Amino acid sequence: MYAQMVKSTGKGVQPLEEMGPQDRAFQERIDRGEKIEPKDWMPDAYRKNLIRQMGQHAHSEIVGQLPEGNWITRAPTLERKANLLAKVQDEAGHGLYIYCAAETLGISRDELFEQLHSGKMKYSSIFNYPTLTWADMGAVGWLVDGAAIMNQVPLQRTSFGPYARAMVRICKEESFHQRQGYHIMIQMAKEGTADQKRMAQDAFNRFWYPALMMFGPSDKDSVHSAQSMAWKIKMNTNDELRQKFVDETVPQAEYLGLTVPDEHLKFNDETGHYDFSEPDWDEFMDVISGNGPCNTDRLEARKKAWNDGAWVREGMMAHADKKAQRKLAAE
Amino acid sequence: MTKSKEWPLWEIFIRGQHGMSHRHVGSLHASDAEHAIKNARDVYTRRNEGVSIWAVEAKDISASSPSDKGPLYDPARDKIYRHPTFYVLPEEAGNM
Ligand SMILES: [Fe+2]
Ligand SMILES: [Fe+2]
Repeated sequence: MYAQMVKSTGKGVQPLEEMGPQDRAFQERIDRGEKIEPKDWMPDAYRKNLIRQMGQHAHSEIVGQLPEGNWITRAPTLERKANLLAKVQDEAGHGLYIYCAAETLGISRDELFEQLHSGKMKYSSIFNYPTLTWADMGAVGWLVDGAAIMNQVPLQRTSFGPYARAMVRICKEESFHQRQGYHIMIQMAKEGTADQKRMAQDAFNRFWYPALMMFGPSDKDSVHSAQSMAWKIKMNTNDELRQKFVDETVPQAEYLGLTVPDEHLKFNDETGHYDFSEPDWDEFMDVISGNGPCNTDRLEARKKAWNDGAWVREGMMAHADKKAQRKLAAE
Repeated sequence: MTKSKEWPLWEIFIRGQHGMSHRHVGSLHASDAEHAIKNARDVYTRRNEGVSIWAVEAKDISASSPSDKGPLYDPARDKIYRHPTFYVLPEEAGNM
């Protein structure tokens, strides 16, 4: 989801009996629910997959600041501005927690950034859509953070210790994000003027399908899931989580008096779940491969921030070195 | 783009309002100790999680190795008499 397209080695899951002793002992630890820690032995493919997944996840938190950052200076009230600022600041924190966890696997922060900037590592497709009106801040908090929570809650039980611990911290902070978004929606869609209601519906229309895409391709098309699930670095299938999201979100939309932009949406009495239309997967592939409405802008903004900050990073380091030398000379 | 020297990694420990001791909360990059504490304030105490922050450069931490798990803790394993429940006392003695 925040890691939508993690390609594994693609070989499928090896049965326990066919594994060598080391791999087998490793898999059995995971099956017993033990946490894998950075210094423990782990298969190369596990390490590589995790670096990719955590990299995508961390990059999504960081790039995810941009669509909301767009509205901080234009929030309608000082209170909304403070709320949004705090939310975006949290996302920066989330990125940092996960980067640090990824670094314990032997990749450096600079390398992670380098791979984001070169396009080698992805981030979630959702952040390549523009935020056009203030109502989008409501839709993003409600839907995007809502979808993120759905994915991150089970990841608190993931097999890699540092990742699981980062998720625990993150989940504690996420619920405020979704609530402040829904709060904006209530104010606009339920209590607002006719224009504000129209804006809320418009934001919902634009974010509904991109939010559904956050869970990644349909299970029948996601060939990399099985191994990740055996390793417990992915806890649910994409379709499972998407269904759960739809089931929880539809009543919330009804409360707001908003219409889900899907003529096929219908509660299915037999399954006890909503039937709904799949998002446009061609659009998804297009956005993830770089051709979404904002891909270029987002990446340029990240690269500019990195390059413009270079003199600060270097200056801080030079200052620290000088201070350390002065202290040494005085001793 | 010039290849810059990465800020070193610091491990952050925080003692909360009612916490008995400092707890490891995560890590971050910073140029020196003072900077690490300032960053820790922003990264790890946005909701009043702490009243005291320790920053230790990651390279200065010595850790037991995971392969020691067995032998390192073995000496404690068979000493059940270190636990109060080992000593069965008569009811007449009351709570002890
Ligand atoms: Fe987040
Ligand atoms: Fe969030």
